[in-house]
Amino acid sequence: MARIGVFVCHCGENIGRTVDCHAVAEGCKDVPGVVHSVDYKYMCSDPGQQMVKKAIEEKGLTGVVVAACSPHMHEKTFRRAAAGAGLNAFLCEMANVREHCSWIHEDREKATVKAIDITRTIIEKVKHNVPLSTIRIPVTRRALVIGGGIAGIQAALDIADGGREVILVEKGPSIGGHMSQLSETFPTLDCSQCILTPRMVEVYQHPRIKLYAYSEVESVEGYIGNFKVTVRRKARSVDEEKCNGCGACTQVCPNKKIPSEFDCGLGKRTAIYVPFPQAVPNLPTVDRNKCLLFMNRAKGRPDTCKKCAEACEKGAIDFDQQDRLITEDVGAIVVATGYQLYTIGKDQPKDNLKGYGEYGYGTIPDVIDGLQFERLASASGPTSGKILRPSDGKVPKRIVFLQCIGSRDPQKGMEYCSKICCMYVAKHTMLYHHKVHDGVATVFYMDIRAAGKGYEEFSRRAIEEEGAQYIRGRVSRMWREGDVIKILGFDTLEGEPIEMDADMVVLATAMRPQPGIDVLAQKLSVSYDQHGFINEAHPKLRPVETNTAGIYVAGACQAPRDIPDAVAMASATASKVLGLFANEMLEREPTVARVDEGTCAGCFHCERVCAYGAVEHKDIKDRAGNVVRVIAYVNPGVCQGCGTCEATCPSKSVELQGFTDEQIWSEIQALGV
Amino acid sequence: MTKIGYFPGCSLHGLSREYEESLKAIVAGLDTELVEVDDWSCCGASSAHGTSHLLAVTLPARNLAIAESQGLPEVLAPCAACYARLASARHEIEGDTDLAGHVNRILVRDFKNTVKVRSILEVLKGQVATIKAKATNPLKDLKVACYYGCLLVRPVEVTGGYDDPEDPSSMEDICKAAGAVPVKWNRRLDCCGGGMSMSRTGSVVRLSAAILKDAKAAGADAVVVACPMCHSNLDFRQKAMQQRGAWEGDMPVLFLTQVVGLSMGIDPKTLGMGRHFVSTNSVMARTAGTGSGAGTGTNKATAVAGEVG
Repeated sequence: MARIGVFVCHCGENIGRTVDCHAVAEGCKDVPGVVHSVDYKYMCSDPGQQMVKKAIEEKGLTGVVVAACSPHMHEKTFRRAAAGAGLNAFLCEMANVREHCSWIHEDREKATVKAIDITRTIIEKVKHNVPLSTIRIPVTRRALVIGGGIAGIQAALDIADGGREVILVEKGPSIGGHMSQLSETFPTLDCSQCILTPRMVEVYQHPRIKLYAYSEVESVEGYIGNFKVTVRRKARSVDEEKCNGCGACTQVCPNKKIPSEFDCGLGKRTAIYVPFPQAVPNLPTVDRNKCLLFMNRAKGRPDTCKKCAEACEKGAIDFDQQDRLITEDVGAIVVATGYQLYTIGKDQPKDNLKGYGEYGYGTIPDVIDGLQFERLASASGPTSGKILRPSDGKVPKRIVFLQCIGSRDPQKGMEYCSKICCMYVAKHTMLYHHKVHDGVATVFYMDIRAAGKGYEEFSRRAIEEEGAQYIRGRVSRMWREGDVIKILGFDTLEGEPIEMDADMVVLATAMRPQPGIDVLAQKLSVSYDQHGFINEAHPKLRPVETNTAGIYVAGACQAPRDIPDAVAMASATASKVLGLFANEMLEREPTVARVDEGTCAGCFHCERVCAYGAVEHKDIKDRAGNVVRVIAYVNPGVCQGCGTCEATCPSKSVELQGFTDEQIWSEIQALGV
Repeated sequence: MTKIGYFPGCSLHGLSREYEESLKAIVAGLDTELVEVDDWSCCGASSAHGTSHLLAVTLPARNLAIAESQGLPEVLAPCAACYARLASARHEIEGDTDLAGHVNRILVRDFKNTVKVRSILEVLKGQVATIKAKATNPLKDLKVACYYGCLLVRPVEVTGGYDDPEDPSSMEDICKAAGAVPVKWNRRLDCCGGGMSMSRTGSVVRLSAAILKDAKAAGADAVVVACPMCHSNLDFRQKAMQQRGAWEGDMPVLFLTQVVGLSMGIDPKTLGMGRHFVSTNSVMARTAGTGSGAGTGTNKATAVAGEVG
């Protein structure tokens, strides 16, 4: 015979204002099986929990119902209290009379009746509860980091320094990301490469980091603690073991006029190339779309040019190299795939983004974007750090910066603020001023957003000490007359239209997630927003976790981020990963599906509907070891307890523990409908 | 045959008769029938919205209400100003139930605001394939500067975004279908001076001359417009520009419908090519070889020419 205790909480005024809690406690007393029913102002407080414990011990309760808030809020609290008094935690249930009753009703009398009904349903359910025990699953204590920019580098180093192995996968031929393209960084103007390249080398030399550059994540299976990741190692056409990085191959390659991705199209590279001198790993890669040999092969012609192979003393060039698929077991994954800049020309990847044809990007050569300016200002850039405009190589004496291009524009771009542009434009005006002393830098801005340590001071310095002309307003159109760019805009402080001439224009374009982020997110089963940014589990309290357990997010793939933000996020993910790896076993809630082996017919409808891939095949063998039947088996480590399989099973052979048909049926019966 | 409501407005019956003539001449070839809005009245352009907001909404609403009662799902307003007024009124009423109630009380009608307002660009853009197929007399090598002005593609909330408001391309696409070659130029969206032609002629001369100069510098043989006001400023005011030393030379200014009509081989007279202040002969010289059997277009055109003549 069940001995149920009912504990009704007032939640201060939250429930007590609308529901007569004492009447609820009284109303539950005559329910068969209830031996104890009380109400209290704050059941979750220490005295409240003591009431629960004391009743379990003194009255020998076999089940506990707490009529209070949502189970999301305090189920753990009361289950812990029940367990403290020696009752199996899963014999304690919450009846939600706050979110489902007091908060949404006004009529006290009716709300009280409803609260009693809700509590009675849970009493009936608890009568059918059985003791369950927490599932313990092993954890593979190695991590995968996707993306080798500053966020991925930081996460990999922190995890590896914490004593765990890391697999770092980078899509491009070298790690370093966008930070390696930058000239100097705000607000300190320290050289980006000088602070980044030592970290890149550290990654390469770290005994616990395995670097897969020029590789992509092909597929991901499994669950927290037990992911199985397949990585595609794309063919570089260069044998990594033999190559010593001498660079002789790149010297002799005849195809020298390919726009360099690293220099944002402002510089040129060869078909076999190392993206930049400090690349890690320092290995050349053959661009098979541009290499003469592969272009000939694609047309079915014989191999002609093999100059790189001839120049290589080590015999490292391997034109027949194939992509390789490598499988790695990891327990946690950090996503740090970074950003791209919004293309402001006409040719947009998505139909709803029309671009900014009125600014002439892509048609006027001297209209460039922020990253291109970084390359012009960088000592390692195509102009060796001289500010020269792309069209004729002259020094621009009048340079104009336009902020918020594609950002904060719900009509044609993104509604969000890209966060970093105010700061890097201020930096650009300074870099320009330092290099072109008699030049004038003009900035069109909407407002200056300089929230960060030393940021406001930095942008004021650009205006007050470094001579940048800031005009509040937007530019409507730009066109070219001769070698001058005509700018038509509006000064919203003066209230007047402005026409001005410029020699070069830099557009601070919006930050967007990398292309293909949606495909990767789907492989990982993590959610992303309408712009493709990966969603965090909670915007305030769980900023670096995703909604899939064991997968974390760092840097600009989550939202526009500057370097300090990206690094802080990366270190946060590392601390989360190291926390997960602190124990050999991982504890999970036992509310998972279980298959009745006696009745399962092996139709595998459940397998087809399971969104988490939790259903496996299990052989039932006779004594001689012959397989007599194949039935479904739910892997408790993967199952998320959603219950879809239970609803689908034609023979009712699957049951969700803690939510069995019997329990749900009893709840419905209690309502007397 | 697609039926579409037609709101001529004052200009197409007066100042810009050639716009209506050429429009009526081409629609038959485009398998479209224009159903004129019964008893239409002024759209309120220029004067109404400077006087009273309510009047500026109610005048167009009256015309839309009549179109609605005629069972017309959409109305073509070829004049850019009419288009802007009708489309703005529709947009404002749609988002404001109080205003809708007020307008209904004034109109003494149960106006449901169901009629879509279309610009000439929107309608012809949907017919680009047909225009291309019917271009028996394509305007080979005719370099045109497509001029949008202020109201045809803006603001995007009102137009519904049928074209990019800052960098549009629909007029170029239509001209290309007619065989003409649109030039790349810079002042496609500049102000021509609009309704200031009489009150501030000096401003109109300055603004319009800058537009013509840029079109000429880009190598255009003609400027193409889709607005009677733009046409009057750019065509009629060329003489004033010359007198004030702001502009030299003669730049033919054509309506978009005339360009399409010429490509269909319709008789230039039917298209009202002779009604311009600046001679269009230089354009016609480039499209010689007219009249080589332009199918239904020619027949319809002849009929209209008869009426007008």
